Amino acid sequence: MPRAHQILCVALAACFGVWWFSDRIDPYLLDVITSIGINIILAVSLNLVNGYTGQFSLGHAGFMAIGAYLSGACTIFLGPQWLGPDGGNPWSQGMLFLGALLVGGLSASVAGLLIGIPSLRLKGDYLALVTLGFGEIIRVIFQNTEALGGALGLSPIPAYTNILWTYGFVTLTVFVVVTLTRSTYGRGFLATRDDEIAAEAVGLDTTRYKIVAFVVGAFFAGIAGGLYGHYKQSIYPTGFDFTKSIEIVVMVILGGMGNTLGVILAAILLTALPEVLRPVAEYRMVLYSFLLIVLMLARPQGLFNFRRPGAKPAS
Amino acid sequence: MIEFLQQLLNGLSLGAIYALIALGYTMVYGVLRFINFAHSDVFMVGAFVGYYLGRLVPEGTVWGALVVLAGSMAACAVLGMTIERLAYRPLRGSPTLNVLITAIGVSLLLEYSGQVFFGAAPRNFPPVIPSARISLGGLVLSSNQLIVIFGTCGLMWALRLVVLRTRIGMAMRAVSLNPQAARLVGVNNDVIISFTFGLGSALAGAGGVLYAINYPSIDPLMGVMPGLKAFVCAVLGGIGNIPGAALGGLILGTTETFVGGSSWSTYKDAIAFAVLIVILLVRPGGLLGRPSIEKV
Amino acid sequence: MSALFRFPLLLLLLGFACLELHSQTAIKIGEFASLTGKEAAFGQSSHKGTVLAIETINAAGGVLGRPIELLTEDNQSKPGESTTAVRKLISRDRIVALLGEVASSRSLEAAPIAQGAHIPMVSPSSTNPKVTQIGPYIFRVCFIDPFQGAVLAKFALDTLHARRVGVLSSVSSAYSVGLAKYFRAPYSAAGGTIAIEQKYSEGDKDFKAQLTAIRAADVDAIFVPGYYTEAALIAKQARELGLTVPLFGGDGWEAPELLEIGGTAVDGCYYSTHYSPENPAPVVQRFVKAFQARWGGETPDAMAALGYDSALVLADAIKRAGSTDGARIRDALAATQEFAGVTGTTRMDADRNATKAAVIVEIKDGRFRFLKAVAP
Repeated sequence: MPRAHQILCVALAACFGVWWFSDRIDPYLLDVITSIGINIILAVSLNLVNGYTGQFSLGHAGFMAIGAYLSGACTIFLGPQWLGPDGGNPWSQGMLFLGALLVGGLSASVAGLLIGIPSLRLKGDYLALVTLGFGEIIRVIFQNTEALGGALGLSPIPAYTNILWTYGFVTLTVFVVVTLTRSTYGRGFLATRDDEIAAEAVGLDTTRYKIVAFVVGAFFAGIAGGLYGHYKQSIYPTGFDFTKSIEIVVMVILGGMGNTLGVILAAILLTALPEVLRPVAEYRMVLYSFLLIVLMLARPQGLFNFRRPGAKPAS
Repeated sequence: MIEFLQQLLNGLSLGAIYALIALGYTMVYGVLRFINFAHSDVFMVGAFVGYYLGRLVPEGTVWGALVVLAGSMAACAVLGMTIERLAYRPLRGSPTLNVLITAIGVSLLLEYSGQVFFGAAPRNFPPVIPSARISLGGLVLSSNQLIVIFGTCGLMWALRLVVLRTRIGMAMRAVSLNPQAARLVGVNNDVIISFTFGLGSALAGAGGVLYAINYPSIDPLMGVMPGLKAFVCAVLGGIGNIPGAALGGLILGTTETFVGGSSWSTYKDAIAFAVLIVILLVRPGGLLGRPSIEKV
Repeated sequence: MSALFRFPLLLLLLGFACLELHSQTAIKIGEFASLTGKEAAFGQSSHKGTVLAIETINAAGGVLGRPIELLTEDNQSKPGESTTAVRKLISRDRIVALLGEVASSRSLEAAPIAQGAHIPMVSPSSTNPKVTQIGPYIFRVCFIDPFQGAVLAKFALDTLHARRVGVLSSVSSAYSVGLAKYFRAPYSAAGGTIAIEQKYSEGDKDFKAQLTAIRAADVDAIFVPGYYTEAALIAKQARELGLTVPLFGGDGWEAPELLEIGGTAVDGCYYSTHYSPENPAPVVQRFVKAFQARWGGETPDAMAALGYDSALVLADAIKRAGSTDGARIRDALAATQEFAGVTGTTRMDADRNATKAAVIVEIKDGRFRFLKAVAP
């Protein structure tokens, strides 16, 4: 078995082990750990788009919303039929949840494809704004969809998320992203990021690489959204707005764009920090924004990036 | 018919405000080739400065209103130049992505500091200009709306004057065409860029005051939506193009108003973004812009 | 260690032990509220009422001979924060009961968690019926939107004589959507016509487009089931457009800023709420004076009054339960009959909602004036 797959199996086994003992852990701590897991998936998937491929997307929360809403709709509306009147056994619940998550993830990736194809022709600032626009449009659509609760939100969503699911998917996401970036696709991503014109000039189809990164990123964002919905048990359109996208972007930048390990560490830090800073929660966002500015001025390669700074594209 | 005309009027005054904010975006982009995300928050600061000044001057006097306007514009000009000096100048030459992120950071910093210092709850903007109602047949005009429309036109005309008729305006155009060549002929780029920021921010401040006069409820997040929509206007008209910003403002303002008055009113906000997306895909140069050729 | 240190150390340890003992005897009640952020006005108001109630109870000796300790968490008016705050209160701080929240959407977030942990939760002012439907551990001390909608429908037809009404509601607020829905049915059933429906989003400042359409529909009154932030601007712009018909709304209108921002435009408008500080009943006046004394002259609004009552009802239930066991408190809460509070008499019905009277307030000469009470 190739080494990467061995590591994957070990990691999954570790997740299972942690889950086995999870009821010994304080529920609040479990809460924070689950949040960290979901944020890691979000940050790593965005890192693929922003960091590795250099496409600045500000609409990641929109994909999360699609995943959350569609997987929630699956469990709420299709669940009773699948599980039967007695609520089903853990096995059938697990199958339902997996199915719902996949539906969420795949819908998000379809959305990613539809949004990506037209948008990825744009560069830099324009792409950022178009993705922002799409994120907002998605939010407005969900807000106006009565069947999914509209402004009242979708609730109650059954609480299927636990440590095993969350960290199982964390492992899967990291595995997929890391192996993708170490493959020829990864070379394509990096080439697109470093100098798109030169890449085109040597014959790389940069549009294809951009779209692949976008779609894979959207898929995992959808999965994270599904996990989030089944964890908070109620979701609202306003929870997936521009602010949420920015929070994920900050994690990617803090971790160093294109540095998966750094991004994971940043996600852990930025999820745990608000809990620690609970007494001064009001100042949290002020601190975040200040951090962004200082980082860009002083250490643009990110806090946890110990390699070379991000490459400069041809001006 | 009356309803149509009334909506048209509403759309004009809304569009005028968007156009005013869009001017700032367009100017900065023209000179620096980057979108100043923090512009919408300078607009918010302008409204708040106007709020504090408005409580100092007697209500309802014309000179009082002018003091509030001038004071806001001056304060925002200073703020804009400070932001440029501290956050953007050190990154000149860095990848544009870094500057974009910094701009987002500055924008968020202003918003959330505003929430901490001013509180997130909306405040009532003092009525610096008495509002009168003018009826023309079935049409109802508010004097505030007229002030906004004429104020915007006036400021745009003044801006055009500065850019086309003064030396510093010429220097600005030179820097926007080719920064290196401008430096070669003796233009001090740093000064010109600072000036551009100051001018754009002053316009944003004026926009903030005019907006607050018309909609007297101000809060630290008031700039977010108008800012985004103003940006759409700037792009619609052709970013870097001053009359384009006005045209974009007009089109978006009226479209949004007509959608808002129809049964599709819930999708009002989405319209702006849909317009942005369509324009960027179909004609990225904007309606009045020229497609630029990128030299490799 | 040397003898010189041993004695003071012992004293210190004893001191700590005493402190520990004292804090162990306090009954811990959790509160989650929007103390900062967009809806800080409501959260702060409710919090102040709750704090006053707890202080009053403790001054009178506490409950079951033990003082009550109020542990408050701020959710910053953001969606998603309440779940974490409530989980922390339940598992870390070991509360026995929960108070919160003002906004229905945030109550809906936290209720499943409280329900799952069998911690009784009392919402002071969430009016959406879905909140208590989450489970038998969730209660509220205010009326629900179906009742409020019916009251307003009756008011529009009988008092305002408005046969044609325009509805201008928010699409982004659960409260507004819900109240609009619960107004439509009784109003239409009683013979009224909803001539036009327009929507806006929270944070919008310009409503001229929607109001122009409403003006063209020739209505007798405009129903604005939203929050005061937008209602004030809507009133102003309606007047600017030449609309002279009255506007009316629900308890989301209640805030002094409505008068500040609305100015003369809101004169002649009405809204329904839970209580009025002008109510001459002695219990209300005592509360108003105590609140003003505690919070620097501020007059309590409906949110404060409900925050106060929610704490009192909970304390009373704990006393009747005779223990801090969640299930016992829950049963005592469900059995609440005729609890006299400042917002009227609270009686828990089978759905764990309080059947309370509503109060109609008229805005006249720039002040809130109590118009009448409407019994359920």
